[in-house]
Amino acid sequence: MIEIDPLLVREVIEDGKRVDGRPLDGYREVSIETNVVPSAEGSARVRLGDTEVLAGVKIDVGTPFGDTPDEGVLMVGTEFVPLASPEFESGPPGEEAVEVARVVDRAIRESKSIDVKKLCITPKEKVWMVYVDVDVLDDNGNLIDASSLAALAALMTAKMPVLNEDGRVDHDKKGTEPLPVTGRPLCTTFVKIGDKIIADPSSAEMHALDARLTVGTFEKDGHVKLCSMQKGGSMGLTLDEIDTIVKLAEQKGAELRKHIK
Amino acid sequence: MELELIKNGTRIDGRKLDELRPIYAAVGVLKNANGSAMFKLGNTTAIAGVFGPRKVFPKHQEEAERAILRTKYNMAPFATTERNRPGTSRRSTEISMVTRQALTPLVFLDEFPKTAIDVHIEVLQADASTRCVGINAAALALADAGIPMRDLISSCSAGKVGEHTVLDVAGKEDTEGELDLPVAYYPRKKQITLLQMDGVTDSREVKEIIKLAVKGCEKIYDEQKKALRSKYKLEESE
Repeated sequence: MIEIDPLLVREVIEDGKRVDGRPLDGYREVSIETNVVPSAEGSARVRLGDTEVLAGVKIDVGTPFGDTPDEGVLMVGTEFVPLASPEFESGPPGEEAVEVARVVDRAIRESKSIDVKKLCITPKEKVWMVYVDVDVLDDNGNLIDASSLAALAALMTAKMPVLNEDGRVDHDKKGTEPLPVTGRPLCTTFVKIGDKIIADPSSAEMHALDARLTVGTFEKDGHVKLCSMQKGGSMGLTLDEIDTIVKLAEQKGAELRKHIK
Repeated sequence: MELELIKNGTRIDGRKLDELRPIYAAVGVLKNANGSAMFKLGNTTAIAGVFGPRKVFPKHQEEAERAILRTKYNMAPFATTERNRPGTSRRSTEISMVTRQALTPLVFLDEFPKTAIDVHIEVLQADASTRCVGINAAALALADAGIPMRDLISSCSAGKVGEHTVLDVAGKEDTEGELDLPVAYYPRKKQITLLQMDGVTDSREVKEIIKLAVKGCEKIYDEQKKALRSKYKLEESE
């Protein structure tokens, strides 16, 4: 990773340009490879420019939560593996890793893209537990969007496991039924630097940001809808800036969705 | 949703669509902390205590040019219907972080290099909007600690119940409503320093919901100022 002085990043952006030559609202190149981990029920490796993450879905049988006896469970986790950045340390997830996981989780959950009622096997007793774990392998900025793309791509390729006579997952058999996922929910992240709004911040831009806003969007009946938001950074945003970002998110979300089939 | 949460513009708890729950705010409620405050919004109660500026432990967190602001949001085990497991959770880690980001623009951190300002928020009773109530208490506690600040921060949430846009979602509206959007507002700069959203909407509607939340924050701001003034009354000059 080449370190760039945040002050330089800010100066360049003030002139309406970016250090890597992208337009202010431009995303880096996206590439997605699915089914890269045979032991997982679904998986995807996503590259967003030089950022690389790997998501794996594991599906198991478990007991439902007391307040939702007829609903399956969806859980997203993120691991900032120390090989991904000199800034990452081993140990339990820090607040940034927790935030990435919860923001990615929120977009999928709130869009109701996975019908948790359909993940119920026997009410109060047995439900499907869907775990999405994202390993960050190379951090070059905007881990939320990369993780969101990977989580969705992995979920959309996941196959439901087969149960044996005891009602447990039969690991010798490969499932063929896909996990039903609709609406393709994705997170899109924008940052404010000075008075400019830019999309898909690189590492250097993440270090220079004033404020960040991540917006989750998905498709419903042919329309783009919002399903989640999360502000970050230690400075405020005005109502107009939020409005600008939300409209950009609708547009960029639709563009990113084209990468997910 | 069989239960009718809104009837003729009146909500299930009797409030109007754009009405906050009753507010209670008091500063200087703890003896040990350098500054403290209690804030209530209906049945949601939080207490905040501030320590510092003080020496930084562990030392490696120290910053040469400025103070560091540390925030800890915690919910008491008895604050919810079902016992809430004590200790840090993924949820409380996230809320502690967004609370810190919401408060940071306020504080003149450059004035106190190599120190830490610690803000501890304890939710004693939870009925929705606990992060907002915690932020309201924290802003008052920072002021009570005598820490130089640019303004106060006020926080509340707005949401959607059925097709209605409502202020300060609570009770059944929280569990059965369609959308919850907490905001923290920096009145002097007219900036939003915390913004989160759970639920489905579109770009036009979300603007209205944010505006409604800001209106609620402005009302809370007045109550916060009143609470500060009632402790720090200027004596009339002879």
